[in-house]
Amino acid sequence: MPPTSRVLEFTVNRTRRRYAGLPFRRLIDVLREDLRLTGTKEGCGEGECGSCTVLLDGAPVNSCLIPICQVQGRSVRTVESLGRPESLNALQQAFIDTGGAQCGICTPGMLMTATAWIEHGGSADRDAIRRCLAGNLCRCTGYQHIVDAVTKVARRGSRR
Amino acid sequence: MPAIGRRVPRREGPEKLTGRAQYLDDVAIPSCLTGVTLRSTIPYGAIRAVTFDPAFPWADFVVVTARDVPYNRVALIADDQPLLADTRVMHQMEPIALVAHRDRDQAYEALKHITVVYGPEAPVLTVDDALAATTKLFGDDNVFKDIRIERGDVDGGLAAADLVMEGEYHLPHQEHAYIENNAIAAWVDPDGTLVVTGSMQCPYYVHKALKGLFGLADRRIRVIQTATGGGFGGKEEYPNVIAGHAALLARKAGRPVKIVYDRHEDMLATTKRHPARVRHRTGVRRDGTLVAQDIDIVMDGGAYVTLSPVVLSRGALHATGPYSCPNVRLRARAVATNTPPNGAFRGFGAPQTLFAAELHMEKIAATLGIDAVELRRKNLVRKGSVLATGQVLRESIGARPVLDICVKRSDYRRTRRAHDRHNRDARQTTWKGIGLAVVHHGSGFTGRGEVMLASRASVVLGRDGTITALAASTEIGQGTTTMLAQITADALGVPVDWVDVEVPDTWKVPNSGPTVASRTCMVVGGLLQRAAVRLRDQLIELVGAVPTTRAAFVRAAQRLCGDRSAVRADEDYRKPPEVTWDEDAYHGDAYAVYSYGAAAVDLEIDRATFEVTVRKVTTAHDVGKAINPLLVEGQIIGGLVQGLGYALLEHVVYRDGVMRNAELTNYVIPTSLDVPPFDVVLVERPYSRGPWGAKGVGELPMDIPAPAVAAAIFHATGSLISKLPILPETIRAADLARS
Amino acid sequence: MRGAAVSMTVLRPKDAREALRLFARRPDALPLAGGTDLMVAWNLGSLNNRVILDLSLLREWSRITRTENGLRLGALVTHAAAERHPLVQRHFGLLVQAAATVGGMQIQERGTIAGNIANASPAADTVPPLAVYDARVHVASAAGRRVVPILEIFAGPKQTTLGPGELIEAIDLPFLEKAPGRQMFRKVGTRAAQAISKIVAAGLLWTAKDGAVTHVRVALGSMAPTPRRLRQLESYLVGRKLAADTVREAAALLAADVAPIDDVRSTAAYRLATSQRLLEWFLTPAN
Repeated sequence: MPPTSRVLEFTVNRTRRRYAGLPFRRLIDVLREDLRLTGTKEGCGEGECGSCTVLLDGAPVNSCLIPICQVQGRSVRTVESLGRPESLNALQQAFIDTGGAQCGICTPGMLMTATAWIEHGGSADRDAIRRCLAGNLCRCTGYQHIVDAVTKVARRGSRR
Repeated sequence: MPAIGRRVPRREGPEKLTGRAQYLDDVAIPSCLTGVTLRSTIPYGAIRAVTFDPAFPWADFVVVTARDVPYNRVALIADDQPLLADTRVMHQMEPIALVAHRDRDQAYEALKHITVVYGPEAPVLTVDDALAATTKLFGDDNVFKDIRIERGDVDGGLAAADLVMEGEYHLPHQEHAYIENNAIAAWVDPDGTLVVTGSMQCPYYVHKALKGLFGLADRRIRVIQTATGGGFGGKEEYPNVIAGHAALLARKAGRPVKIVYDRHEDMLATTKRHPARVRHRTGVRRDGTLVAQDIDIVMDGGAYVTLSPVVLSRGALHATGPYSCPNVRLRARAVATNTPPNGAFRGFGAPQTLFAAELHMEKIAATLGIDAVELRRKNLVRKGSVLATGQVLRESIGARPVLDICVKRSDYRRTRRAHDRHNRDARQTTWKGIGLAVVHHGSGFTGRGEVMLASRASVVLGRDGTITALAASTEIGQGTTTMLAQITADALGVPVDWVDVEVPDTWKVPNSGPTVASRTCMVVGGLLQRAAVRLRDQLIELVGAVPTTRAAFVRAAQRLCGDRSAVRADEDYRKPPEVTWDEDAYHGDAYAVYSYGAAAVDLEIDRATFEVTVRKVTTAHDVGKAINPLLVEGQIIGGLVQGLGYALLEHVVYRDGVMRNAELTNYVIPTSLDVPPFDVVLVERPYSRGPWGAKGVGELPMDIPAPAVAAAIFHATGSLISKLPILPETIRAADLARS
Repeated sequence: MRGAAVSMTVLRPKDAREALRLFARRPDALPLAGGTDLMVAWNLGSLNNRVILDLSLLREWSRITRTENGLRLGALVTHAAAERHPLVQRHFGLLVQAAATVGGMQIQERGTIAGNIANASPAADTVPPLAVYDARVHVASAAGRRVVPILEIFAGPKQTTLGPGELIEAIDLPFLEKAPGRQMFRKVGTRAAQAISKIVAAGLLWTAKDGAVTHVRVALGSMAPTPRRLRQLESYLVGRKLAADTVREAAALLAADVAPIDDVRSTAAYRLATSQRLLEWFLTPAN
């Protein structure tokens, strides 16, 4: 049976996109290959490492586990929506200040999960933040500086 | 403002924080093919035939086998590892053939159409089988390397001891689990230069390996490191293999080829930490003074030599622990088995042997009824201590301060007594324990290694005032570029943001050696410091002082350069005259200097489930000088967490010579909820030959957690568990065995 | 990543009727809800050339509704949606606790409870709570509907009793007539978060004023090829007071209803002993 194909529409970082490719390509591949948004990373393909985390209608999800056909009509946010090197947002700046990024490969995913936490009014309680980030693995930092950064911003109640 | 000692933010931070940092798979390479690898499914035997399904459209694919490799050997220490297996298989997952295609799906599909006919033979899968040498995998005895170190009279010491304590300790494989899998791309430029780029720690290792494979001249190979998502030693030597594969395919294809492993393949096929069995026979006096140490180490090297001799060496040289003992006998062997070759992993043999050494001290303390802290203090190295190789420790010895700080800050003794009371209370649902460990870790390459490396680093001052530090040291998360900029800037006497650090590209940077062995700051930073000082002196001679405004600095640079576009200061490694090492006798200064670390681990164990929760880690590290305390703390916490994983969670399950849980779902590393708060104290006992006194820090924290955790579990439960990882199942079994 | 998108056929029914009709015509199709299990297999390349029945457009299946005597969770209700729902929190606290341990946040936001059931891993964390709540599963096909007690869905590891063309449509959770005196959810995983369970347990206990057990329900996962209710010890305990020897006897009876194994995560000996200890803790009045 030939693969079915039709046009899908969804928004990525507030820009409306039309997609006419294969329906079972993964969201991560459409982002990275078609839209050249390579900030989202693939670390495992199992939904374990979280480095592929994006926000889907505001909720953190593993983009390596989502076929693009299920993104029809939804909104996607990636790390590219947060800030630019010359104008980092508060969370990104906090990571710089506390040393929350070392090799940086887990960082985009961490930022997206943390962004959802903060935008949903997540508390500055360190244990709650650790729980929230448990689906994002980091092998470099030991997490402490990451939790420092998220706590700092959650305390300020920043919503940028 | 001087940069040394300041928490200067990571300079590539903005790229990483915005998702703009380019890791290999992010790089757009026009016309690039995807390369995939066909691997052995048996651990040992003959390859009788490799057949290609005649119905498959092979003309559309690029295929490479052993006969396409000009010189089929991966250059490392020995010449025993083929880049592609030809007629023999030495381990499961050994690469046999490579396929490339424009379409990733098609490339993987092609692998299903290649059939390998094997003649399987009974594999050697344990170190005991290897030592029995009924099947000869390497030489006559399956021993890659045999090291013996002796000092004094061990048998006499043991005979005269009040107590002889024996112990056997078992260390498992450990998987690096960097979040970015191995990834390399290669192509041939129009001028014939082979360009290789990707995730790696050592561009010049790759360069050397490619030279050996293809017989090209130095400048006809160009290796460029991309942003690298973690290494931990797993990208020290393994990239030689994957780069060789990508290069083979690219040369045959006449197009760029990129090879990106998925997690499963990376875990199955690439290097792991060497498993080790360490036996101690230790003579002590009743008061705890060490009088004799007899230590035997066997490490499982896997199927090929790779770096086993050096891992073994560092393991052996740390096996006594940071203690002085007049009579020492060390025997260490690395053996061959039919498993994927093991390799570099942060600590490089020392986490294994230091686990044994430190836990053995706990055992001795408990048996003698001596306080574990006092036992350490009694034997800890200090100025004038003589090590097993005859090395006399002269300076920069923070062993005692790091221990004392941990003991004090963790309130070790009072906590221990409080936990004892808690444990005696039958109504409690947990046991509590606090344990400590103190370790040393040699900075820089072992023995004559730094001399052999003959590293060079350079600083270039352009006539436009640009200052560039040139080194092959790679940024893999530890903060290399920022730290080297700080050193260069302060040595030159300029603000840190006037200094650029060149990308590790073998066309642009000299060979300052690999990014390993806790050498980047001390050795390479030291070279850049001296190079920068020479430039500074030239500026001072010319204009009287290093200008403090940018405009004046640019004018001075123009004057200094004259007609030349730039002035360059190269600095070559010179062994400090006081460091002497005899490789044949294995005697002398094994390392120029050691860093020291200690930690107290406070944990709780559920009495019903035996699950361990680490509540707090208090740690002190003597790093000589913290060039950037923020980066140093980051290394310490990150290393301690990897060590906690090694101790409690990370279980590589091998069966029939291959890993059976090669997924992040089943090989569990710590999550943010698995780790406690860390109280980190930096101690500085400067090393006279290090830049501003700096020594190494990268590997030191990896050595500490496992023995401290085991000591804490010993305290909490009374069970001395001498193998890792310490799973709840293990604690329960030990508990049953004792009652 | 070894999944080949070009080889896949994706069916995207717009409503339940169409879904069941398509599934009847193509019973070899793979139902897809949140994808947190299916897509892992797809990434490994094991599902190439298959037909996917994407259920995500069936909005009516995403609802949590009240029934006459309980709640109905549609088949597309995610773990996160269940955790957040006030009625689930109020009446089915053990399910909320379990849902919060399934993977990390990212998995909870996508994975559905029904999908987790249909995946039929014996380690599924939400199944023991569903089992002690006497959940009933609505199964639908083009040929009709039936209702199945939760544990009868499981035939073996990764095998269900669903027939060709059958989909889980909803899960019914009847309200408890009386609040339990004691309840427990406990998961022993390979680490503190995002872990596959070695043991997962749920329990509800009702006692009379004199302390005698009037009703008890205990369920375990990861202890047998399928999740189990511990019927033998449940019957044993009714009418008895929870003295120490009764508790010990109940723990011994646990062994009769389970068959733990050694695997890459744990051992049979550890699983058995530890589940017994957890049960003893649950049954001991002082706790």
